[in-house]
Amino acid sequence: MPEPMGFFTDTTVCIGCKACEVACKEWNQLPAANGGLGELSGDSYDNTRRLDGIHWRHVRFIEQFKGPYDGRWLMMSDVCKHCVQAGCLEVCPTGAIIRTQFDTVVIQSDVCNGCRACIAACPFGVIDINPVSATAQKCTLCYDRLQVGLEPACSKACPTDSIQFGTITELRARAHQRVDQLRAQGVQAQLYGAEPDGPLGGLNSFYLLVDKPEVYGLPAHPQLPTRTLGRSATLTTASAAVLGLLALVGLRKRRMEEVAADSSGAPPLPPSSHV
Amino acid sequence: MSDTFFSGAPHWTWFIIPYFFVGGLAGGACFLAVVLDWFGGPEDRPVVRTGYYVAATGAILSGLLLTIDLGQPLRFWHMLFQSANFPAIMFKAWSPISFGAWAILLFGLFSVLSALGAMSEEGRLQAPAFRVLHRGALAKIVAGLAGLLGFFVAGYTGVLLSVTNRPIWADSPWLGALFLASGASTGAAALILLAPRRGATEQSLRWLSTFDSRALVVELLVLVLFLVSLGAINRVWLSFWGLLLVVGVVGLGILLPLRLHAQRRPVASAAKLVLVGGFLLRLATMLASEGISRFRVAAGM
Repeated sequence: MPEPMGFFTDTTVCIGCKACEVACKEWNQLPAANGGLGELSGDSYDNTRRLDGIHWRHVRFIEQFKGPYDGRWLMMSDVCKHCVQAGCLEVCPTGAIIRTQFDTVVIQSDVCNGCRACIAACPFGVIDINPVSATAQKCTLCYDRLQVGLEPACSKACPTDSIQFGTITELRARAHQRVDQLRAQGVQAQLYGAEPDGPLGGLNSFYLLVDKPEVYGLPAHPQLPTRTLGRSATLTTASAAVLGLLALVGLRKRRMEEVAADSSGAPPLPPSSHV
Repeated sequence: MSDTFFSGAPHWTWFIIPYFFVGGLAGGACFLAVVLDWFGGPEDRPVVRTGYYVAATGAILSGLLLTIDLGQPLRFWHMLFQSANFPAIMFKAWSPISFGAWAILLFGLFSVLSALGAMSEEGRLQAPAFRVLHRGALAKIVAGLAGLLGFFVAGYTGVLLSVTNRPIWADSPWLGALFLASGASTGAAALILLAPRRGATEQSLRWLSTFDSRALVVELLVLVLFLVSLGAINRVWLSFWGLLLVVGVVGLGILLPLRLHAQRRPVASAAKLVLVGGFLLRLATMLASEGISRFRVAAGM
């Protein structure tokens, strides 16, 4: 059994070249958006804007400018987090989403029927429908390449090693070393998703950030969708019991009135006329 | 900001909203029909039969709406059987969409059997085999299962929404209870409107009207609890969907029918309003969340 594999993305060395996006699209033969016609966002150099069924890598541009000479660009190559406890895998009703021998999470496109439960379940908004296959799709962490001993296309193409691929144990050690280095330089660096006892049991694709996770479009405390199942099911069952009781009480009251009317000799109610 | 604002919208819209409404209505109507079937008198039989017809039609329609909504409709059976290992069952007890798929299938099966029994009772099916579906213990058991599964379908749709990571839906555990109460009230309203054509008696209609009023009060209470539990998330209602919730659902769909019931006005008017309110409840809760897009939130838009 291979060791768990994943990505460590050091956002401090990302230059926003989008080579990872291109490599991902090319290797996975993902279709162009908008029929190949470029659509500009109009307010950012980030024209991809989001992860979806045809963008499994997205270089997020975060423009933090207070004035013309006072600001910074944060760049982060976003991707599926391959959560150790994956919400998408948990809710998938067809069994299309599987955990591989590399501890990554993969959607089998020939099994998925496009119900879209996984889209709503993912706390990171990673999954969406690929209009060509009409099924839910996302990064597979290049499962096909991993099986033949190759590195994923995105990390292979990354010119600055912002995206690093390897075993999770090795990547964690490297990430902690990098955080120490940056902190020694006065940079407020932190890891997101690197801890196995953190949210979702840790992320197999984790990040080094220099601002709050929300700034990068990441939830501070991602959770599993089933966290509400127990409470929601209990309250629904309780309300079912209340409604059932109300129905029976109404019927019992009607019976008592009929018995009272029979004993007093009152005529029976006429057939329906007031509707 | 709630962590649910970073998730993606599943595009559950123009087939799923009618499905939630029809499924709730059919489930509620079936449950009420079973209550009258088991505990009512001979005077309630027209309402019982109407309830089974509504349930069977609603269950079939629900299945169709759900299937059409899939990206790959011909793979609908992947939710029921393991596609690579047929006929092994595909079932996840912790996934509402998984047990919901089975619940709709079984609700459809048992409600169609009960509807066949109702047709036999009305003399529209002459074969003796159908008589067991409206007389005796077997008919009661089949109907009972249909009623339980129907009520389950009415409520699970809300639980399904709660078991996501979407704003509003996952931020409250009350959606299942809210949809169930709405399913009960719309089910009663549908029976009030349809049963008189099958000769429903004044006693049955009065019981339905009384139950509908009580279900509306439960729905209003649960709606208040739902909104309270949302806390700061309630700011998403500062939109057209919030207006629809207050005016359409609370005003037209709950308070006005309650007033009409209290004034003993013709119950059909109240029933029609309850149906409109039930549909608008699904519309507002679904689209208020669907409209929140992760990338816009991240970009501060």
